[in-house]
Amino acid sequence: MAALAAVTLLSLTACATDEPGAGPSGGSSSSAAGSGTGEQSKFFVQADYDAELALLGATPTGPADKPWEQMLNPTMVDTAKFKKAGPHKICFSNAALNNPWRQVGFKTMQAEVEAQKSRIKEFVHVDAEGKDQKQIADINDLLGKGCDALIVSPNTTATLTPAVEAACQAGLPVVVFDRGVNTKCPVTFINPIGGYGFGHAGAEFVSQKMKPGGKVLALRILPGVDVLETRWSAAKVAFDKAKVDVVGVEFTDGDPAKTKKIVDDYIQRYGTIDGVWMDAGAVAVAAVEAFQDAGKPVPPINGEDQLDFLKVWKDKNLTAIAPTYPTYQWRTPIIAALRILDGQQVSSPWKLPQPTITQDNLDRYLDPAMPPLHYAMCGCTDLPGYPQRWK
Amino acid sequence: MQLVQRRPLPPRRVRLRPGGVLPILAILVVLLVLVGIRQPSFLDPPSLMSFLGRSAPIILLAAGQYFVIVSGEFDLSVGSLVTAQVVVAARLIDSDPARTWPVVLLLLAFGALVGLVNGLITTRLRVPSFITTLGMFLILVGAVYLWSDGAPKGGLSEEFRRFGRRAVEDVPLLGRVPYALLVLLAVAVLAVVLMRSDFGRTLVAVGDNPRTAQLSGVRVWRTRTVAFILSGLAAAVAAILLGGYSGVSFQAGAGLEFGAITAVVLGGVALGGGRGSVVGAMLGALTLELLFALMNFYGVSGALRSTVQGAIILLAVAVSATRSSSR
Repeated sequence: MAALAAVTLLSLTACATDEPGAGPSGGSSSSAAGSGTGEQSKFFVQADYDAELALLGATPTGPADKPWEQMLNPTMVDTAKFKKAGPHKICFSNAALNNPWRQVGFKTMQAEVEAQKSRIKEFVHVDAEGKDQKQIADINDLLGKGCDALIVSPNTTATLTPAVEAACQAGLPVVVFDRGVNTKCPVTFINPIGGYGFGHAGAEFVSQKMKPGGKVLALRILPGVDVLETRWSAAKVAFDKAKVDVVGVEFTDGDPAKTKKIVDDYIQRYGTIDGVWMDAGAVAVAAVEAFQDAGKPVPPINGEDQLDFLKVWKDKNLTAIAPTYPTYQWRTPIIAALRILDGQQVSSPWKLPQPTITQDNLDRYLDPAMPPLHYAMCGCTDLPGYPQRWK
Repeated sequence: MQLVQRRPLPPRRVRLRPGGVLPILAILVVLLVLVGIRQPSFLDPPSLMSFLGRSAPIILLAAGQYFVIVSGEFDLSVGSLVTAQVVVAARLIDSDPARTWPVVLLLLAFGALVGLVNGLITTRLRVPSFITTLGMFLILVGAVYLWSDGAPKGGLSEEFRRFGRRAVEDVPLLGRVPYALLVLLAVAVLAVVLMRSDFGRTLVAVGDNPRTAQLSGVRVWRTRTVAFILSGLAAAVAAILLGGYSGVSFQAGAGLEFGAITAVVLGGVALGGGRGSVVGAMLGALTLELLFALMNFYGVSGALRSTVQGAIILLAVAVSATRSSSR
């Protein structure tokens, strides 16, 4: 045991101290590898990437002031066989409520249900608490509850696929949103453009606004999660193309303290950082604070549509952008379910627009009265109970 | 154990008192030299001050953990206690500056209460502290989750965040001196004074040999319970600084218990109790943070941090096991 531990520690310290040998000539190891973005993610699919980037420029159909009802490149499918007289009982199997994004989204969905209360007699919500097994059981239970339509936000794609297939076979219309499943059996799958679009928008902005060839720090939450991997892989493509020097790609675990330390470390190590890219906005404010507390100007940075970031952006006059993964997509499944039960055509898949908050439209989304973790792109200002419900 | 330790040690040129701070000081100096070679600007007062400020919470936790470990127990609940404190503070303050001080007092009371419960369950109900504090860890995680519906609510006031984020500006020579560093120094002085008092000697004696301590009239359960309370209080202070540093988050305290335990054993404190100094434990935390900073300067992935921590714990325990089996 002692020997093993000693060997482990020695080899580790060797890792930590070996590099100075190569140091003076090679500089840091990351600068040697091209632009420092490393290998492309295993999750990267060129065709999906191309499709998403094309959608970023596409014009949506549907009412311009209601992006949650808009569709990009719609393919309409017939739903006449699901036509049924109302009012309806709508059931929702939810993957989890374990982060602010899902909290805001679910409140938005509840408000949409309330807004449609003349047509919905009952709304059943089951929270799977982030557990695949619970969600499989939840879906199974809901099938015996006489639901007129089933909405599913799957916890994971592969594991939930059989449960969703079983629901389709039960004959009721199934609507899947947010994360997908590996089956075409649901009537429609609703989601915004996706991770490539998100990652690309941020990376393109950061590399355009910073000085050419400058140093970028990329902050990621976790490796191995598809939605986050696609964001990073699109950013990698953009950074490689712009030939900026990505000096670090670090994982923050979504922890602001860790983020702040990482950013502080990089500021110490390189003197200045010219751009910061992030795959999610949760720790954007911590990154901004790290620059402020070190007495450095905040470089071009991307966050997300959370109010704390929008506030600091406005107050400190940052050079920033906020790609979004809009929470208004939680309204759409209710609307889709009701349309299906009316026998109206819906688009399958139903691709929602994915707006980006820029300096030009920042004021439209920044409502200082809303709490710091609220998502501005909720499309909820016209819903019953706004703003109190979201506070 | 100290008698036993003295006898078998071979003659050495440098006299090392077991549990003394010399070894950790030596490691610290070596790391400082390595940092100085690789990144001389790190040793400039402004960046050194900022490093000390942001390291203050883990150093405080190491001090708290020291009291528990030297008395022969463990406290695994401190990380989740820090998270709970930060989340509770955000919800209660709700961005209202006037609530800052009442909430600070409440957090200290809450920390002490959690420590008291840990201590009483361990000493009176005779549940091993490893299990007690693991249970407390899970209870706090679950309670925070339930209470906040899975996402932190509210916000910390700028007054609250000041302790962990702001600094005394324009100090001659040093530049900015973070408030967190001042808090740390104050706590360190208190801890040293405490360890030099009768209580401190009793605490070490209890960890060294609880039976002997009991026979010489020490109320072992009371001493150990106080150690847990001190750990809870340290966690409260660390939470105030950490919440101030980075704002409210569910991850605020994640993994800190292991950081603190690693720091304590790195500082020469024996797991199982009875040996080591609080200064050593705090220097251990500082050394660990410096090691991580150094790893960063040499471009080592941050993902290796927990591996390094694990290796240090294993190595330290292995070394102390070899020592005690050689008697």
